[in-house]
Amino acid sequence: MTTRRREFVKSTAAAAAATIIGPRILSAAEYPLPIVTGKGGTLPGSDPFVDDLAMEALNAARDAGASYADCRIGRYRRQSVNARERTVQGVSDNESYGLGVRALVNGSWGFAASSDLTAGSAARVAKEAVRLAKAARSVQKRPVELAPVTAVRGTWATPVRRDPLEVPLEDKVALLVAANEAALRIPKIRFAQSGMQLLREIKTLATTDGTLTTQTFVRVGPAFSATAIGDGDFQSYTEELAPRGSGWEYIEELDLPGNAARWASLAAEKLGARSVSPGRYDLILDPTNLWLTIHESVGHPTELDRAMGYEANYAGTSFVSPPERHIGKLKYGTELMNIQADRTQPESLARVAWDDEGVPSESWMIIDTGVFRDYQTTREQAAWIEKLTGVRRSHGCSFADSWSSVQFQRMPNISLMPGAKEQSLNDIVAATDNGIVVKNRGSWSIDHQRYNFQFSGQVFHEVKGGKITGMLKDVAYQSNTPVFWNNMDMIGGKSSYWLGGSFGDGKGEPGQSNSVSHGCPPARFRNVTIVNTGRNT
Amino acid sequence: MSRPRSLLAPDATHLTREAARALADRVLGMSTATDTRVNITSGWQGNTRFAGGEITTSGGITDTIVSVTCTVGKKRASASTNVLDTESLQRTVATAMLLAKLSPDDNELMGELGPQQYTPVNAYIDKTADLTPEVRATAVKAVLAGAANGSGNLKDLFAAGFLDARAGAGAVATSKGLFAYHRQTAVDLSTTIRTPDGTGSGWASGGARDWSLLDPAALGQAAARKAVASRNPQAIEPGMYTVVLEPQAVADLIPQIAFGFNARNADEGRSPFSKRGGGTKLGEKIADERVTLYSDPSDPDLLASPHDGEGLPVQRRVWVENGVLKNLSYSRYWAARQGREPTGAGGGLGGGGGGGFGGGLPGGLKMVGGTRSIEELIAGTDRGILVTHFFYIRSLDQRTVMLTGLTRDGTFLIEKGKVTRALKNFRWNESPLLMLSKLDEVGKAERTATGQVMPSLRVRDFNFTSLSDAV
Repeated sequence: MTTRRREFVKSTAAAAAATIIGPRILSAAEYPLPIVTGKGGTLPGSDPFVDDLAMEALNAARDAGASYADCRIGRYRRQSVNARERTVQGVSDNESYGLGVRALVNGSWGFAASSDLTAGSAARVAKEAVRLAKAARSVQKRPVELAPVTAVRGTWATPVRRDPLEVPLEDKVALLVAANEAALRIPKIRFAQSGMQLLREIKTLATTDGTLTTQTFVRVGPAFSATAIGDGDFQSYTEELAPRGSGWEYIEELDLPGNAARWASLAAEKLGARSVSPGRYDLILDPTNLWLTIHESVGHPTELDRAMGYEANYAGTSFVSPPERHIGKLKYGTELMNIQADRTQPESLARVAWDDEGVPSESWMIIDTGVFRDYQTTREQAAWIEKLTGVRRSHGCSFADSWSSVQFQRMPNISLMPGAKEQSLNDIVAATDNGIVVKNRGSWSIDHQRYNFQFSGQVFHEVKGGKITGMLKDVAYQSNTPVFWNNMDMIGGKSSYWLGGSFGDGKGEPGQSNSVSHGCPPARFRNVTIVNTGRNT
Repeated sequence: MSRPRSLLAPDATHLTREAARALADRVLGMSTATDTRVNITSGWQGNTRFAGGEITTSGGITDTIVSVTCTVGKKRASASTNVLDTESLQRTVATAMLLAKLSPDDNELMGELGPQQYTPVNAYIDKTADLTPEVRATAVKAVLAGAANGSGNLKDLFAAGFLDARAGAGAVATSKGLFAYHRQTAVDLSTTIRTPDGTGSGWASGGARDWSLLDPAALGQAAARKAVASRNPQAIEPGMYTVVLEPQAVADLIPQIAFGFNARNADEGRSPFSKRGGGTKLGEKIADERVTLYSDPSDPDLLASPHDGEGLPVQRRVWVENGVLKNLSYSRYWAARQGREPTGAGGGLGGGGGGGFGGGLPGGLKMVGGTRSIEELIAGTDRGILVTHFFYIRSLDQRTVMLTGLTRDGTFLIEKGKVTRALKNFRWNESPLLMLSKLDEVGKAERTATGQVMPSLRVRDFNFTSLSDAV
């Protein structure tokens, strides 16, 4: 059973924010958590108050009849700064703090949460969770069984050189306005927008198994787009600025003011782009576009809860179902296709030390040389496919986006591994006779079993005889997941690998948002249907 | 940190008018800004989710969020917290002040509003607020029983769904004396039923402020009937087809047009309602003359918040009347600049106004219906496709509201006035705006979600572009 965290956590309210913290797992005593509220602020993650709350909740849940319970106490600080042309459009700073308790009673789950952390509240929330579990018990077929996990105690934090929430607002505004001004100097550019989302999350997890962890996550999401107005036409360009689990230094490295003019020029150039002739082309996807195709056509279909119908009423099910007909049997793609799931990769958005069930993070293969091998799992799900995979433990994919949300299976980083042969996008272009290169994310849509998709991009270039011959517009590629991946015949090498990602991936009811990264090299897909998405009014 | 006393009465799920006003006054008293606005959202959400015929997760959540917007000269910024002790509230006010002072001048800034008059809307129904875990579990059983009824001889249907009830209050107060408070409830229940062979899927959904307006067993039955009827779908060539869209399918499309109502985008030449060479299409015919679209918080089918997040009263607005574009959506700044009346919600969409519950246009969205039932629309179709609803809709071209998406959970061929067989799902690329000029028939309207009413439609030449194997 847990001891009081206050006995081994020391609250220090400075230092860490400016220190590089390596990806090692530190014991709580070694590592001072970053401050939450600027100088002199209290530190909820290390506040004895948090320990009292967690103990009060777990004890109350057990007393009320829970066989297992966990308590998450989360303190979130989100800041967003957006600029439109030379004006700041919105600056906001939001703090959310509360407690959620999940209780298992006779194999049924209940969850309750409240931001009211006044005396007696944690016990009330725990009792409510037990009441919910008992109500659920009346409509239950198979009791939940949890995969084994070793109790763990410790803290971990995203390694950052500079905490983005401690950077003065003037610097953020100056950076965005400078980027917009640079863009507006380009002819025909009438509008420029830039912004950033910054998140710091301090999450404490306590379970009746004896786990007690506190983790601090830092994520940054920059954005830039420009709009050019022509004669009766307008074209926008959005740069693919990947959100990352990084500090302020990442935003500085992107150099928005230095690159904005180049990005904006692409919007102006799009005004003169030729509308694509629909037909079949060899499709060359830059990593800035391919990451999202991986997310939608590989990431989501290999979520085990989807495959088992848990998302049938909302996001949908999966063509990779039932598991017994697909594990080790489904030829998802060509032999070049190696897909790794991972929650350890530096700078990735889904990186954690432990998931929201206290399972340590790891990496594993989802697809190995084109063959489907395994799903994404939580403690509840591992047993469902244990006999097929031989894996008894959870892969550690449990996540909740807030103290007020129940944790469930969410996507780890899902990445296409680079090829053995060192080659670049240019090498692939040079080897292509009749193709289109697609960069950045545009529109995307995929069916509820993840077969039929249609994706677009931000810029498209025609390839003829191994050379880029001009810019196209109104391009979308439409295909069927297994057909598409079984037509991947060229793939970039290690040095062409790039880590993209999404700050907000929706799933579940009520809806939750997950941040997840996807790395990949550029790749070529043969004979893909291209549709023209333009239409005159 | 010591544990402060709760602002909520025992077992209360949200702040009363008096408690909200007292909290707002406390926060306003902490600010030395030129103008200060306080938005409070306080409420409860009780949900129950099911799949495979059993409850998988359920939740009961309460939260109260205080958002402070400070204006210092021509600078403005916001900060929010849900920690309601004095120290945290003071820190939040200080953060908003600091952020405002650090922000550059906003030349488009409008001062906070003084006292306003609102038409009260009674949107709080106790029966919805009283949806306990036990009542919700009983409702899930009713869905399952209804599904068993609707499936005929077919056993072992896979039933999934979600029941989500909310009850709460939104308040706005400004340092210029404005105070607005609105309470509302909402409940949504949807279910997806799949046949055991995995070849059929049906869906049904309902939403209302008042739980007693929903019939869980009927929803289960309707979804199951559709699942059974949609088994073994056949492929037909994609192409242009006449479609009969059920109200839910229409509800998936029409709000997408409303995103184009933003007046500033239209004036600036980047909206479907911009005119070539400048100006907007206000006063022009943009759709079939049977199309009328409006928002109205007092409409008994909509019952939306009578104020927006700035405390601006939300009025009835007719966006399209008999096919003519009558109104665009104006923020206070853009309205003042263009000599128009502001329409609320900052001229944008999202947020029901007053913070918190509901969404879409302030005042909800209603498309006026005709008199024919969906059965009559089908009976009047020589050859066409019946669509239950759509999925994964994404914009392809803002200029034309060109979208892509897929059909889902029941797509059928209509021949000579009758539904003859189940079809494979399609991907489509179509503009709902252009679609409104290709109307054959407008059917009866019904409430498709809280704050939303849509009719069924029969439309010519709907552009299906490829087949999907998804069931």
